[in-house]
Amino acid sequence: MAHTIWRPAHPVYIADAATVVGHEEHAGPLGAFFDLHDPKKDDFGMDTWEKAESEMQRLAVNTLLGRASLNAADIRAIFAGDLLNQCTGSGYGLLSFDAPFFGLYGACSTAAEGLALAAQLCGAYGGPYVTVSSSHFCSAERQFRYPMEYGGQRPPTAQWTVTGAAAFLVTDRTESPAPRIAEILPGITVDRGITDANNMGAAMAPAALDTLLRYFRESGRKPDSFDMILTGDLGAEGSAILRDFAAAAGCDISGVQQDCGMLIYDAQTSDKHSGGSGCGCSGVTLGGFILDRMRRGVISDILFIGTGALLSPMSVQQGQSIPGIGHLLRITTREDTAQ
Amino acid sequence: MMDYVWCFLVGGGLCVIAQILIDKTALTPARILTSYVVAGVFLGAVGLYSPLVELAGCGATTPLTGFGYLIAKGVRRAVNERGLLGALSGGLTASSAGIAAALCFGLLCALIFRGKPKN
Amino acid sequence: MNTDSEQYKKYAAKRAKKSPLALDCLRAFLVGGAICTGAEALHTLYENQGMSEENSAALVSVTLIFLTALLTGLGIFDRIAKFAGAGTLVPITGFANAVTAPAIDTKGEGFVMGVGTKIFSIAGPVILYGTAAGALYGVIYWISITVF
Repeated sequence: MAHTIWRPAHPVYIADAATVVGHEEHAGPLGAFFDLHDPKKDDFGMDTWEKAESEMQRLAVNTLLGRASLNAADIRAIFAGDLLNQCTGSGYGLLSFDAPFFGLYGACSTAAEGLALAAQLCGAYGGPYVTVSSSHFCSAERQFRYPMEYGGQRPPTAQWTVTGAAAFLVTDRTESPAPRIAEILPGITVDRGITDANNMGAAMAPAALDTLLRYFRESGRKPDSFDMILTGDLGAEGSAILRDFAAAAGCDISGVQQDCGMLIYDAQTSDKHSGGSGCGCSGVTLGGFILDRMRRGVISDILFIGTGALLSPMSVQQGQSIPGIGHLLRITTREDTAQ
Repeated sequence: MMDYVWCFLVGGGLCVIAQILIDKTALTPARILTSYVVAGVFLGAVGLYSPLVELAGCGATTPLTGFGYLIAKGVRRAVNERGLLGALSGGLTASSAGIAAALCFGLLCALIFRGKPKN
Repeated sequence: MNTDSEQYKKYAAKRAKKSPLALDCLRAFLVGGAICTGAEALHTLYENQGMSEENSAALVSVTLIFLTALLTGLGIFDRIAKFAGAGTLVPITGFANAVTAPAIDTKGEGFVMGVGTKIFSIAGPVILYGTAAGALYGVIYWISITVF
């Protein structure tokens, strides 16, 4: 069985994370946990939304390196991804950094995908690596839906693309205590036939379930041994489906499951329907809020499942169903390591 | 006064039909607009739409079915005047003011305004 | 696997939270009705200025299109449309917004390949199929008056 849990050969740490968000995310319940934000227009001083997204990535990496007193030349490689065609958000955003660059596309799972690859390499060969992912509401709307000024209604299952970028520093050594990436279970694409792009939670939930069940089967652990099972952007709809199906498979996660897409906006006041989504969603929630909780010792052992819906506007127009993916990371500050 | 009441009822009613289609089916707004125009051409062609226009005035002409009705009316008039060529010239002639206005004002807006993020 | 997919699709569609149909319809009715009634008032106003019925009707459309383009440019129209749904979509306002919104949005890609092509991205089908349906009707009508 080749699809087993990866355990980095040597300890791998998320030494730091830097987050950049838009004004709505800053105004949300997690606003205080983000490093930088655009106060109003979300253009980050740029004249197109695509450049604004690139600028967010640049700001995130810049902040991260600055705080760690590192130069780009000290970094082994940057793994980066976004939602734009041909990953241009990352390609242009990271032009100014003199470091090897790998562009990733994992849709909204990109934060987890980058961390998984960086952690495995870092465990084998040493670090540091930088991973960064971003999404921008306006550039995503333009690419996947309608022009910004187009008037329309969204169904309740629709999700809202988070404007945000998160950069992580993945290292093999750390001076101050930092959470470790102890285990990685890469996701396998799962397509259960959902064609409705306004219900991506339902498209991604089966993939998250697949990874989660494989993890529990192989590790022998139980859901309640974790402080939190954090999904990327299933939203209210997808989270409910995941809980139902997990329970039906004999694995009750309802007490510990949280979703970045539901944490980042206030469901009562912000009218974001099923919740946030996008590469930035799980990135900034993990990098800003969750890592802070872990550093403070509020939580110490979590499963993070970055979820992604692997669709394109063209695949939707051609009537293809939407495959989902869920990459799992076990992030922990506990000393007990592999079983 | 009754003119305005019928106008409101018919105009609002045509919107409600579209709203039900949006909420109950997977039809996108672009498909709704297209179906409404084609439906207007059809209803205008078979003579069912003009009684509605008589009754409701702008309540029937302002919705996009009215745009289709205008095309059908223009085609019929042009065919009467010019023969078969009118089948091609009539529709766009009748709807030209609306289309040209939308395109020109659209272009003007593109020159003046910048996109803004939504809330 | 296929029956499995069908079942899951049905399950997801069934459990998906539905739009509030009654409320949506009420809003669409009120806003759509109000736009049409406003148009009727304008129509009367223009006719009272001595304009022909046909010119007056055309000018009403042009007025609504202008107002929509302006509100779209100011970033106000999409907020009204979010509330009104089909109430602003179905009247000529929906068509005008469908033209103006992509025009503003695609400036960055240039005025030819951006604005010039994308201005039709949503409204294009309306013009195409309206014109095609009209031409089809014209041919049928011509046959009917020529032959019979």
